[in-house]
Amino acid sequence: MSDEIKTQSQTPENKSQEIALDDARRVKVLSPSMLVFKRFIRNKLAIIGLVILVFMFIFSFAGGLFTPYGQSEVFKGTQTIPKDYAGATFNDELRYIVKTGMEFPNSARSKFILAVNKGLLTFDSGDSLYGYSMEGDNFYKIYALVPKVTALLLAGQYAYNDPDGVLTADLQTAFETAISSGMDSFELNGAEYVVQKAGKAYNLCVSEDLALASLMVMDAYDNANSNAINSYEFRYASEKAISDAITSFTFDGNTFTLSTEEEKTIIYDASGAAYAGISNIIVNPSSSDEVLTAAFKDSVREAIADDTDRFVYEDETYFVDDVNSNYYITRNTETLLIRVNESPSSEHLLGLDGNGMDVLTRLMYGGRISLMVGFVVIFIELFIGIIFGGIAGYFGGVIDNILMRFVDLFNSIPFWPLCFIVGSVMDTLDMNPKFRIFILMILLGVLGWTGIARVVRGQILTLREQDFMVATEATGIRVNRRIFRHLVPNVMPLLIVQATMGLGGIIITEATLSFLGLGVKYPLASWGNIINAATDIYVMTNYWFIWMPAGLLILLAVLGFNFVGDGLRDAFDPKMKR
Amino acid sequence: MWKFIVKRLITGAFIVLAGAFVVYAVIRCLPTSYVEAVARQRASNPTSTKTYQEWLFQLNAVYGLDKGILHGFLVWLAEAIRGEFGDSWLFGVPVVQKFQDVVWYSVILNLITLFVETLAGIPLGILAARKQYSKTDYAVTIFALLGISLPSFFLATTLKYVFAVKLQWFDIAGLVGRYHDQLSTFGQIQDILLHMVLPVITLGMLSIGGLMRYTRTNMLEVLSSDYIRTARAKGLPERKVINKHAFRNTLIPLVTYMSYLLPSMFGGSMITETLFQIPGIGYISYQAITKGDIPFTMFYNLFMFILTQVSLIIADIMYAAVDPRVRIE
Repeated sequence: MSDEIKTQSQTPENKSQEIALDDARRVKVLSPSMLVFKRFIRNKLAIIGLVILVFMFIFSFAGGLFTPYGQSEVFKGTQTIPKDYAGATFNDELRYIVKTGMEFPNSARSKFILAVNKGLLTFDSGDSLYGYSMEGDNFYKIYALVPKVTALLLAGQYAYNDPDGVLTADLQTAFETAISSGMDSFELNGAEYVVQKAGKAYNLCVSEDLALASLMVMDAYDNANSNAINSYEFRYASEKAISDAITSFTFDGNTFTLSTEEEKTIIYDASGAAYAGISNIIVNPSSSDEVLTAAFKDSVREAIADDTDRFVYEDETYFVDDVNSNYYITRNTETLLIRVNESPSSEHLLGLDGNGMDVLTRLMYGGRISLMVGFVVIFIELFIGIIFGGIAGYFGGVIDNILMRFVDLFNSIPFWPLCFIVGSVMDTLDMNPKFRIFILMILLGVLGWTGIARVVRGQILTLREQDFMVATEATGIRVNRRIFRHLVPNVMPLLIVQATMGLGGIIITEATLSFLGLGVKYPLASWGNIINAATDIYVMTNYWFIWMPAGLLILLAVLGFNFVGDGLRDAFDPKMKR
Repeated sequence: MWKFIVKRLITGAFIVLAGAFVVYAVIRCLPTSYVEAVARQRASNPTSTKTYQEWLFQLNAVYGLDKGILHGFLVWLAEAIRGEFGDSWLFGVPVVQKFQDVVWYSVILNLITLFVETLAGIPLGILAARKQYSKTDYAVTIFALLGISLPSFFLATTLKYVFAVKLQWFDIAGLVGRYHDQLSTFGQIQDILLHMVLPVITLGMLSIGGLMRYTRTNMLEVLSSDYIRTARAKGLPERKVINKHAFRNTLIPLVTYMSYLLPSMFGGSMITETLFQIPGIGYISYQAITKGDIPFTMFYNLFMFILTQVSLIIADIMYAAVDPRVRIE
């Protein structure tokens, strides 16, 4: 079909110009670049390489536009983990409930403990005198002894000092009897009096209720009542009832009933509603912004008494962990966590890496940097290499000698050691990751141009002897034009091949440096520093999906460049045959 | 001939000096954190009578760090010419002693690699050239390009993953196993060889591609030359044509190619040794360089410079030695 059209269109032309070359011959003649192109197309490996490269460029440069995620976007997810909610412990320290308006200083409290341990019923602290009585198991009532009357024995006669005027005849008799018989206290008309000896004088003290000491803690079911139940009077009434094992008591005209179980007692008011819980187990919230209800504390105490490891309160399960009689109450809580090293899923095709970032997205952005570094470096190399090689080759002689020794110098600088030194210098200077890439590109370019300079020089040395150069000289073209417009373009085919093959090498070098942590740095991605995760043995063995794809991409990209470079060499110079 | 060698030696010496200066200048840019650490350590020693500042001052003076870069370099050079390279900062022993301790691991590793590489690379290259454009040729070419394209760290990591983690044939890193000291002499050698398998594969895989392609290109050139046609025309068996007439002539460029390998032979392979934690010169100098150990780094680089220059001269001489057509002038 197409042939027919061709012949039709060519016929009239043929008739008009008889002297023209015959068509068969003209069609066959192709421009040199077309020949190169045709030879390139025929090379299967080169085409495979080209396809790989096209894929790589689309993946890296277009991929970043289509991926919904950012290159340093961290993904977080909620996860249920047990978290401390409350702690509980048996109270072994006496707690004091001081009557309103009274004072029971700390020094007196410690004296009280001493007195209890020694079995003394009275104790003094500072100038004050105190007494206590045991009302139940670990339940004490403390009262202050207030001196009211002082009796001084003077020549067999008592002289009384009675500022308040409390001394009655009965009391005086009882007081004297007590002094003479050496009694510490006595009772008269239902009131208790204590006799205290102070030097030669005797004090008659009246006891006044001061405080309660008990191991119990009390929580109100209704917060509004918490002051009322922790009052001295209510505590005394309720605890007295508990220690006396009475199931009900009356306070302030209200009747309260008690139900006592192991380790805890619940007080119900007249209407039968729970009013307060009392126990010797203290339950405290783990965090200060949490407020525990009396009912919850009641459940905790029940669980501790039953010795179970879990209980349900208001549809939520709590776990009780007993560590040396300290109970830790935990519950499962939804917590926001970074999704580290997550396996591939439909949402994240290659999973998430150690920082909770999408691996596929980072591969795309990493490809950009890796390819960009490759191209920039090869351009730097070409730039320096063409100038040095061109000048050395064209002028020859002494200039050539000096320039080539310079090339030798650069060539003999140990590549990796210098890269490592510069990498460490950048590390210690704590350089900005973006700036690092520029330094890296310049370094690789400056260390790598010698190969290109040699190729250019070698080619130009032979080219400059050819006739077309004599022609340029004869027409008086300027020297730099002769070098860069007439000689260098003739070296171009070889340079293109060199550059293509060199690109692969540069990508490997950059990746190696990044892999060793001396090249491109986090948070920027590069294929090399993605594989860097594999230096951690744990990541290497368990999360292949993080490092394997990056390695395969490097391999593919470099292979693509090498295939294309190989194909180009064949195409430019069919005699070379690879 | 002698004039050429002397000329090359003189230019080589200049290149060595200039190169050493470049490296010295760059490494001096490293903040001397190591010296500071030592000074702090010595100052905190209860028997020390000097303060941190005094120690720092003294240490800087000892290492020539208080002078300018050029002056410091000259001080270093004067010492180096007398063969005094000082103590390594990182390892605390004389640099030369540390170098002698570790260099042989690298040499053995590289010799084994070279052996394996030559044994596989040259025959495969010849095979590919003999059957140009056949399936074998394509397979060899792809394999060679694959070897060139593989990043060493990825190859090493993959090998470790497959053979050390999944199959558990080898240890993941190191030169000796856990029970190395309890083994007999023969067992110890076996142990070390076993640990060298993965590094040798890594190193071999990386360089075999280049060797294969080089052999193939040269063989193709030789095979298209007139004397091969003559040899075939006079009825020699193909085996003889290839092995005697063709192969011997491909050896010329191969010998030069081999002499370029000299620096890497003694210089070790920094990346592979680091990845497999083989205590050869590559791994040790990698540590020294990244930690800013100036004496060791300078010694190592000077050694590499000299080695490179020597290998270049040897390559030129060898080229003339194996090919009588080449005259050196």
